[in-house]
Amino acid sequence: MPTMDLSNYKGVFVIGEQRDGKIHSVTYELLTRGRALADDLGCQLSCVLLGDEIENVQEVIYRGADKVFHIKSPALKNFLPRPYRNAICRLVEEEKPEIIVAAATTTGRTIMPLVAARLNTGLTADCTELTIDPETRILLQTRPAIGGNIMATIKTPNHRPQMATVRPKSAKPAPADPTRTGEIIVKEYDGAVFMTPEKFLRFVKDTTQQVNIEDADIIVAGGKGMKSAEGFRLVEELAEVLGAGVGATRDAVELGWTTYPHQIGLSGKTVSPKLYIALGLSGKIQHMAGMQTSEVIVAINKDPEAQIFKVADFGIVGDVFEVVPMLIEAIKKIKATA
Amino acid sequence: MNIVVLIKQVPGTDNVKMDPETGVMIRSGKDTIINPLDENALAEAVRIKNSRDDVKLTAISMGPESAMKALKEAVAMGADAGILLSGRVFAGSDTIATGRALSAAIKKLGQVDLIICGERATDGETGQTGAMIAEFLDIPVQTYVSALEVKDNSVIVKRTVEGGFEYVEVPFPVLVTVNKDINEPGFPTLDGKLKAKQVEIPVWGNEELGLDKSVLGLGGSPTRVVKVFSPKLSRDTIMRKADGTTGPVDELIQFLTGKEVL
Ligand SMILES: Cc1cc2nc3c(=O)[nH]c(=O)nc-3n(C[C@H](O)[C@H](O)[C@H](O)COP(=O)(O)OP(=O)(O)OC[C@H]3O[C@@H](n4cnc5c(N)ncnc54)[C@H](O)[C@@H]3O)c2cc1C
Ligand SMILES: Cc1cc2nc3c(=O)[nH]c(=O)nc-3n(C[C@H](O)[C@H](O)[C@H](O)COP(=O)(O)OP(=O)(O)OC[C@H]3O[C@@H](n4cnc5c(N)ncnc54)[C@H](O)[C@@H]3O)c2cc1C
Repeated sequence: MPTMDLSNYKGVFVIGEQRDGKIHSVTYELLTRGRALADDLGCQLSCVLLGDEIENVQEVIYRGADKVFHIKSPALKNFLPRPYRNAICRLVEEEKPEIIVAAATTTGRTIMPLVAARLNTGLTADCTELTIDPETRILLQTRPAIGGNIMATIKTPNHRPQMATVRPKSAKPAPADPTRTGEIIVKEYDGAVFMTPEKFLRFVKDTTQQVNIEDADIIVAGGKGMKSAEGFRLVEELAEVLGAGVGATRDAVELGWTTYPHQIGLSGKTVSPKLYIALGLSGKIQHMAGMQTSEVIVAINKDPEAQIFKVADFGIVGDVFEVVPMLIEAIKKIKATA
Repeated sequence: MNIVVLIKQVPGTDNVKMDPETGVMIRSGKDTIINPLDENALAEAVRIKNSRDDVKLTAISMGPESAMKALKEAVAMGADAGILLSGRVFAGSDTIATGRALSAAIKKLGQVDLIICGERATDGETGQTGAMIAEFLDIPVQTYVSALEVKDNSVIVKRTVEGGFEYVEVPFPVLVTVNKDINEPGFPTLDGKLKAKQVEIPVWGNEELGLDKSVLGLGGSPTRVVKVFSPKLSRDTIMRKADGTTGPVDELIQFLTGKEVL
């Protein structure tokens, strides 16, 4: 086991994200996480942004960072693994952070394994909780695995930096505080850092993903208990009056009542909205793996023994075709008076 | 053209037991399957193989002796050869140690042009192994690939990312990790089944890889599982029964307003 002098490593890094020069809100979620860790350790929180021109970098300070490292190059405009890896590794060598946290997005989940392997350190995937062990000052990283059946707490005791990706939507962005001050450092590395055989061709928006349910505050989801494509319309109707996203179980998707981008669960999307309303779905573990961290869960199901009631905050035992129309009417009434 | 597909054997049911002391999965060896996305990886490799006549397709797995079954299945589905990395020295590997061992096995094969992995496995679910292997081989990686086009000296991949698709071109050698949209997994063929019966699948240990033991297995893993526990699923549920009146719905609305989620 190679030994390294761990005390040389100080400070917390979060890896922010941008597209088209606009900072993605997941960056602010990371700042909430990073701020808590930095405060516990009594150290600085730095946010790394990779890109060309980036708008509103000051916002990152307002949301909790002490420092921003903006690694700036036209080569970083779009995401390519190699230039990103090289730039992050270079900065880590210069700054030696003890912790690096990124989002468990397609970008974060690609770049972090490359950086961890290059630096020969541990990486924990998809964490839902990060805390500091008060005795050892080591990062404790908790994550679900095996389809949500278990939780594991993992640490990296003898290597630095300690690295983790965290689930999007598992922390709330802090409100912007314009009185906060901090330093913005622009890093312009020499061209060799950004050399790569990869060629970015183009980005194409997915128009079928009109409601990005991962970003929805409210989700109404339906299962096999909706009985038919026509019955499933009731799910969509309730979603419409609430301004919510539509979710579904795998069974409902396989029956063709809605499309795969709406599937929630182990082999679909993971969501964590403020409110999740489950209609006519049983709450099998593979479905719950994608929604159990929702803030408030409501279930309507005719079977009082349905598993979904175990994770629900409010449950109504009854026929969806009787209860949901009443609910739609009641919500329409509130919206009309609001 | 040499293609390698990496195949992980995973539990076939969701009743996985964990050793509460060590945090290591207890595998019974029974009821195991090829990780579903690795079947997509394999199907993609077979598709490429069938579209040209110069492809040698090797499936590699690291795991217990019982993972031989997964490799035989891979041959039945179209792989030409299989290699099993097995032995106590690999036990307890995290993704870094797994990536190191698998990359060393790939290096031993000589020139490999394309390596295909699943985006993630259904048990450990980190989705880290593929990219780490690419890093240890020092070759480019493309992740979340939902379509792949092989050109003369490169691949063009379509990546499914948040809000859309990215198209990237990368020259060989390259490692890609695939998601389930890339294809429909294949089936064993009659020909393949015959071949699977006859094929010798070598079992490699560290004698074949020649790595420093300190980088393998639990000892070579920077991460440690501190504890494993069941997620606290249950909440205090307010239960009402539909009774034909709007009573339960009115109460629900009040509850939601109180929680400030409406
Ligand atoms: C590897 C793997 C991955 C999987 N991935 C996913 C995934 O990503 N997402 C997912 O959802 N599933 C997934 N599944 C499938 C999962 O195991 C369940 O089969 C599925 O979630 C069940 O869907 P459901 O709740 O709609 O149907 P059911 O389990 O059939 O439940 C229907 C429910 O509707 C209720 N009901 C019926 N009629 C009415 C009525 N009139 N009024 C009120 N209630 C009524 C019933 O009481 C019942 O509880 C996966 C399975 C495997 C093995
Ligand atoms: C509860 C739990 C939590 C864990 N958390 C972490 C963690 O946060 N960080 C960490 O470093 N390790 C972790 N591990 C260890 C990790 O699961 C193992 O290192 C494992 O070898 C990689 O498994 P995976 O399921 O994560 O693979 P993934 O990285 O999800 O697999 C992606 C692809 O890589 C290929 N692949 C992966 N493993 C093999 C293999 N053995 N043989 C052939 N191909 C393979 C396959 O193509 C697969 O589709 C954890 C293990 C458990 C049991």
